[in-house]
Amino acid sequence: MVIQGMTATIQQLDRVVIRFAGDSGDGMQLTGDRFTTDAAILGNDLSTLPNFPAEIRAPQGTLPGVSSFQLHFADHDVLTPGDEPDVLVAMNPAALKANLADLPRGATIIVDTDEFTKRNLAKVGYAVSPLDDGTLESYAVHPVALTSITVEALAGTELSRKDKERAKNMFALGLLSWLYTRPTQSTERFLALKFGGKPDLLHANLLALRAGVNYGETTEEFAVRYEVGPAPMKPGRYRNITGNIALSYGLVTASHKTGLPLVLGSYPITPASDILHTLSGLKRFGVTTIQAEDEIAGVGAALGAAFGGALGVTTTSGPGLALKAETIGLAVSLELPLIVCDIQRGGPSTGLPTKTEQADLLQAMFGRNGESPVAVVAPQSPGDCFDIALEAVRIATTYRTPVIVLSDGYLANGSEPWAIPSIADLPGQRVAYTTEPNAVDDKGDPVFHPYLRDPETLARPWAVPGTAGLEHRVGGIEKADVTGNISYDPDNHDLMVRLRQAKIDGIADTIPPLEVDDPSADAKVLVLGWGSTYGPIAAAVRDLRLQGHHVARAHLRHLNPFPPNTGEVLQAYDRVILPEMNLGQLALLLRARYLVDIQSHTAVRGLPFPSSALADVILKAVNA
Amino acid sequence: MSTIELGMPGRGLAGVPLLAEDAPAQTKKEFTSDQEVRWCPGCGDYAILATMQGFLPELGLKRENIVFVSGIGCSSRFPYYLDTYGMHSIHGRAPAIATGLATSRRDLSVFVVTGDGDALSIGGNHLIHALRRNVNLTILLFNNEIYGLTKGQYSPTSQVGSITKSTPMGSVDNPFNPVSLALGAEATFVARSMDSDRKHLTEVLRAATAHRGTSLVEIYQNCPIFNDGVFAVLKDREQAATRILHLVDGEEISAGDTVVVRGEAGSLTVVDRADADPARIVRHDVHAEDPSQAFAISRLIDPTLAHVPMGIFRDVDRPTYDDLVRDQVDASVEGLGGAASDADLDELLTGKDSWTVSA
Ligand code: SF4
Repeated sequence: MVIQGMTATIQQLDRVVIRFAGDSGDGMQLTGDRFTTDAAILGNDLSTLPNFPAEIRAPQGTLPGVSSFQLHFADHDVLTPGDEPDVLVAMNPAALKANLADLPRGATIIVDTDEFTKRNLAKVGYAVSPLDDGTLESYAVHPVALTSITVEALAGTELSRKDKERAKNMFALGLLSWLYTRPTQSTERFLALKFGGKPDLLHANLLALRAGVNYGETTEEFAVRYEVGPAPMKPGRYRNITGNIALSYGLVTASHKTGLPLVLGSYPITPASDILHTLSGLKRFGVTTIQAEDEIAGVGAALGAAFGGALGVTTTSGPGLALKAETIGLAVSLELPLIVCDIQRGGPSTGLPTKTEQADLLQAMFGRNGESPVAVVAPQSPGDCFDIALEAVRIATTYRTPVIVLSDGYLANGSEPWAIPSIADLPGQRVAYTTEPNAVDDKGDPVFHPYLRDPETLARPWAVPGTAGLEHRVGGIEKADVTGNISYDPDNHDLMVRLRQAKIDGIADTIPPLEVDDPSADAKVLVLGWGSTYGPIAAAVRDLRLQGHHVARAHLRHLNPFPPNTGEVLQAYDRVILPEMNLGQLALLLRARYLVDIQSHTAVRGLPFPSSALADVILKAVNA
Repeated sequence: MSTIELGMPGRGLAGVPLLAEDAPAQTKKEFTSDQEVRWCPGCGDYAILATMQGFLPELGLKRENIVFVSGIGCSSRFPYYLDTYGMHSIHGRAPAIATGLATSRRDLSVFVVTGDGDALSIGGNHLIHALRRNVNLTILLFNNEIYGLTKGQYSPTSQVGSITKSTPMGSVDNPFNPVSLALGAEATFVARSMDSDRKHLTEVLRAATAHRGTSLVEIYQNCPIFNDGVFAVLKDREQAATRILHLVDGEEISAGDTVVVRGEAGSLTVVDRADADPARIVRHDVHAEDPSQAFAISRLIDPTLAHVPMGIFRDVDRPTYDDLVRDQVDASVEGLGGAASDADLDELLTGKDSWTVSA
């Protein structure tokens, strides 16, 4: 449908993928964030993928310094940030060069021509400007003198030239907002909050934003504007949320529901630090944050607080999880609740701090000395990070065990519209400590046995310091069953090792069965996933079904223990395909456990799977 | 970055509940657990345990509000033998674990029991950061200058040249002086005592417990199995009289006929009293804000133990980490009008940019 607009025709689209790219100092993350919020408020469904360098300010104008933000918004259910951008906003030659290969022919490219100087071109190895030599002839290129127009628009202000130039991201946002017929009010409100104390900067940013809108409106550079209608969503109140924020809010909500004060012990590490930042701002919910001297102290403080009756939480990424291993082992032995959030990133070692990966699964499962089972859960989308936090706390407090939450960089920084739950409707109940002796001694006097277990959950009592009559000692040395006294007895050790394992295995009794999405009930192929591959897998499967293929899909949120019906589900299909952003870690576990010949499909590129590539892999299996 | 003024909290064990006034006095027996003590015969740890069990009743605290946290090593078995709450944790990490516990529970009196290997080698980082933060902890560092539990390797306090299982030709690394290290880490309370001197140890423990903030007490402890007699000269009455420099606030620092005087370039020296220039004689000032003199006193020790300062080196007030952290949380909660309600949390989840999809 084409409607004649005031200055340009308006064309309806069902979906658009935009990538904003520039120098890490160009404010592309902010620009993307604002466009996202506006899209969300318009009712589009969406998914985002921020992609930034590990260096805070890599040398200006170079390829390593390019930062980008991709947004996929649509009038229907969106599952991924999109494989290929329809539009690239490139603030300099480096941004163009770094992203060009991802663009399909015919894509729209908007470039800031002011930045295409000889010097900047040379920095990235362009001898001739790609704007002039035909490199871009199969794209719809819009050269805009973004910087100079912005500076000119701010001519009347007192700002330095540098400050004026810095507002160019708002110009770009204004232009894109016009191009996709989006209102700018929420960004104006945002700017008013951000620059509340600096009226001159606020004024400049508003002027730049407006100038961008006006540029679209008055020049004839763009003949067509686009509109993407709202996506049908369940009625309710929505907000846009990233995985790290959702996880933080989930932890605070769990603390509120259980009545256990939240104590976070954490050491800054990418991409987990935002959880520390968020929680440190939530003291009004009784949250205590301890920025520890190192990763080990972070989990130590959390465990110490848990011994005192708090909801002890530590947040980290892969390298930090390695350092915390011994303390998590102690928590296994002490049988205290502990939440360990690992926001996975590319490894090994420092690896790719700002890129995503799922390669800590085996570390979470087995990365400790001895038989040291812990519960492991993984969120499947940014919004699901909220629910997984509640679930992790439920398991930790019910079973008195460490729970490792495996999120990743993609979920942590990516965002999606989120149906805001009502606190009163959420699961979770107050956790009570043990306050009375639980046994009698030979003389019939009441005594407390710290390792006398609940027959159903096998959890031991949680008696916290300050409780008279229940004084007891715990430690990492093997303990005698029931009494918890030090014991080197061979049979006792064998029993305790098995009891700790049985306790974790028993969690399966209280987790929902693995659900299979198989609408035709005719599928021979099952695509299984875990964690952040949910979106790409679901998108790929949806596309294949639209083409008439039968494909079943299931997603694991509980990785230890697995849902009780996992084996049956796997055995019900001729083929099981398991895409993972590692070299097949879950496949290894499932093959060993269920003797199913799983077809592992892996990629470790620091980026989520493109759903089209997954669809090809699945289709091959369907046709095999 | 901006800074704000911090208030000074209460002293000592403020916040930890006391026994009722009319409650019968506690006994040593009540603080003794039913576990068999398993140190080697003659180990200095026995004496320290007995002193502690004798001293704890005097605090008048509720037994259930006392927690001992230890790391790994012979000394770290300590919590098992006290009928309080306790945690025998992992190597070097006790100060970190205790920091989380003390910060989240204002009503607990938290002790850390550690050794020279545990505190100064594998756990050195946690120790200095606990001291820097001034967390409300009493840290007892049993120093026997050897690794006992792993059967006799040299430790970070062993003298250079120590012949041990892992240094058959003598150790070559320079040892830490635990008191100097603690003072360098901005510790607010630092003291030294000895396993066998029950009276002195009790006095030091009394002051350490009364101090609000991190107290570090280095306790010379004899390991008869792997490093017997390393402090023998200090235990011999006659020799001790000339070697031990007793630190008493406001007094001259002396041993036998010697006295401590100001030396060159900010250092202190021990000289015969007869030769001492009265104007240069030093008086101990335990509450001095500036730790320089306390540090200089800590340097008087030498490998032959000719001069060994004993007692409290430093005892100053500084806001404690856990009080300040709790104050921020309390102020935020009170600012909201008490504990958060469902509605408060609903508001948080909704945020500032939300929208409604209607049916
Ligand atoms: S090895 Fe030494 S320090 Fe350890 S218990 Fe035996 S005597 Fe005591």
